[in-house]
Amino acid sequence: MSAADLTLTPAAAQEMQVSARPATAWRRLLRRRGAVLGLAVVLGFALLAVFASWVAPYDPLATSWSVIRKAPSAHYLFGTDELGRDVFSRVIWGARASLLAGLVSVCISSLLGVPIGLLAGYAGGWTDALISRFTDAMLALPFLILAIALAAFLGPSLSNAMVAIGLSATPIFIRLTRAQVLAVKVEDYVEAARAIGNPHWRIALRHILPNILPPLIVQSTLSIAAAIIAEASLSFLGLGQQPPAPSWGSMLNTAKNYIDNAPWMAIWPGLSIFLLVLSFNLLGDGLRDALDPRHK
Amino acid sequence: MPAYFARRLAAVIPTLILVTMMVFCLQQLLPGDPALVLAGEDQDPNVVAYLHRKMHLDEPLPVRYGYWIAGVLRGDLGESLRIQRPVRQLIAEKLPVTLELALLAMGIALAIGVPAGIVSAVYRGTAWDYLANVFALWGLSTPNFWLGILMILLFSVTLGWLPASGYVSPWEDWRGNLAAMIMPAFVLGNAIAAILMRHTRSAMLQVLNADYVRTARAKGVSEPRVVLKHALRNALTPIITLGALEFGTLLSGAVLTEQVFSIPGFGKLIVDAVFNRDYLVVQGVVLFTATVYILLNLLADLAYFVVNPRMRG
Repeated sequence: MSAADLTLTPAAAQEMQVSARPATAWRRLLRRRGAVLGLAVVLGFALLAVFASWVAPYDPLATSWSVIRKAPSAHYLFGTDELGRDVFSRVIWGARASLLAGLVSVCISSLLGVPIGLLAGYAGGWTDALISRFTDAMLALPFLILAIALAAFLGPSLSNAMVAIGLSATPIFIRLTRAQVLAVKVEDYVEAARAIGNPHWRIALRHILPNILPPLIVQSTLSIAAAIIAEASLSFLGLGQQPPAPSWGSMLNTAKNYIDNAPWMAIWPGLSIFLLVLSFNLLGDGLRDALDPRHK
Repeated sequence: MPAYFARRLAAVIPTLILVTMMVFCLQQLLPGDPALVLAGEDQDPNVVAYLHRKMHLDEPLPVRYGYWIAGVLRGDLGESLRIQRPVRQLIAEKLPVTLELALLAMGIALAIGVPAGIVSAVYRGTAWDYLANVFALWGLSTPNFWLGILMILLFSVTLGWLPASGYVSPWEDWRGNLAAMIMPAFVLGNAIAAILMRHTRSAMLQVLNADYVRTARAKGVSEPRVVLKHALRNALTPIITLGALEFGTLLSGAVLTEQVFSIPGFGKLIVDAVFNRDYLVVQGVVLFTATVYILLNLLADLAYFVVNPRMRG
């Protein structure tokens, strides 16, 4: 999956501008079973990540030579790994790396992408042309390949992986924001704000930005899903979280070598990535429906 | 039509130039003197001095870019420092393997995604539609390296039907090649199938409500014929052009899939280069990928223009 697959189409995003009040949208979201399920799973993982030190039964880094690659049991719910570490505890701590990577990367891409997109859409002219060409060029580099290249040049670590993923996803936010601004800036209320002499920055931030938020919120939710997979992919390749720190991607990388005699090492971390990403996708789909009453 | 072609072509050139600049600037992210990093762990002073000369590191950045881009235009993407071979040669060697994987994956994706999308649109709101949507969500949410590991567990370790890894050239043994490629191709195709399913569904929903479909039905044309001949034919154009745009997803996915199944392709080349700190190879592969992506985009645009009479005006 690439970030582009989870991108809103301009038409869908524009329809979303008929945004409902937050309270109405929230009620509509809660009527969707898939979205509520997604939200519940995301919250569950978030609680696990925050309270990992209380929930995890063992130290995720503690090795024990006497329990190497033990199958799941009452003592070790998800079994143990090649160094005798508890897989259950590592999966719980891994949630922290994954959620952090998802949130931080999307913060980076939206904090960079939204202002640049606002500038391009609002200023128009050669500023827009320059930014748009730059965005096109960035979008020409496949998301994961760009993230791999950036992570390789920045050096392998979780924080560099987050920067790499965040930068790689930035053009999606630039493009979406720009398209939204172009649609909104001809509206009467923007004209009115301009007519009474508001400065440009005030029009952009107070009058345009709040009205283009719904599609940006949906895009952020879907981008978190893509970022979590990207972090797991980079860690799987050895470019993200470095061992022995737990991360679902790096756990899968190790598990691959023991697939014939310790399959549990591969099942749980993979299932966790799948569940978390699925939940963010369900939540994103639900938000899209809730924020745009016309979308079916 | 020539005017449109010229305009599209002219728009591609600045994008290509910007891409080369970005790829070139990747090197600037290396901390400190790039020559020291590129020279590897022993940092042989002779190698460092050679790299300084070869990469014109004493010149200002724009001049260095000028030297580099002049090389790129001649087809010189630099040389792998690790194995002392031209990057171009390495790419040419690995590309056919990934191309085979990508084509097989695309075939599988089309075979699953398009029928699933049609069924989902035709039986909208029924259990079939629900099932197809669940399949799409599954495809979009499954990390393909995990799916690869699970398939190895089932088909190689448990059932013993297929080899877990390795690659055989189709020219040597086509059966062996197919046995080695079928799992990776399915893993890679799975995610694309999900995307194609979603696109097919929405394209079909649009055309199924079109006037000419209603007319066909009113004339008494049988339903399968309406769906397959009248609707699908018109929905297929955007689906096929979208297929070209999934090239990036395909290559990104190939990096991971090749890693799981130890296939010596393009993806493995970039990962190995990253770990060998063979930065010129990384740079070359990224530049090549972006260029192919831009050209495919252009081709898809032009193809869309050619087959869609309304755009010709």
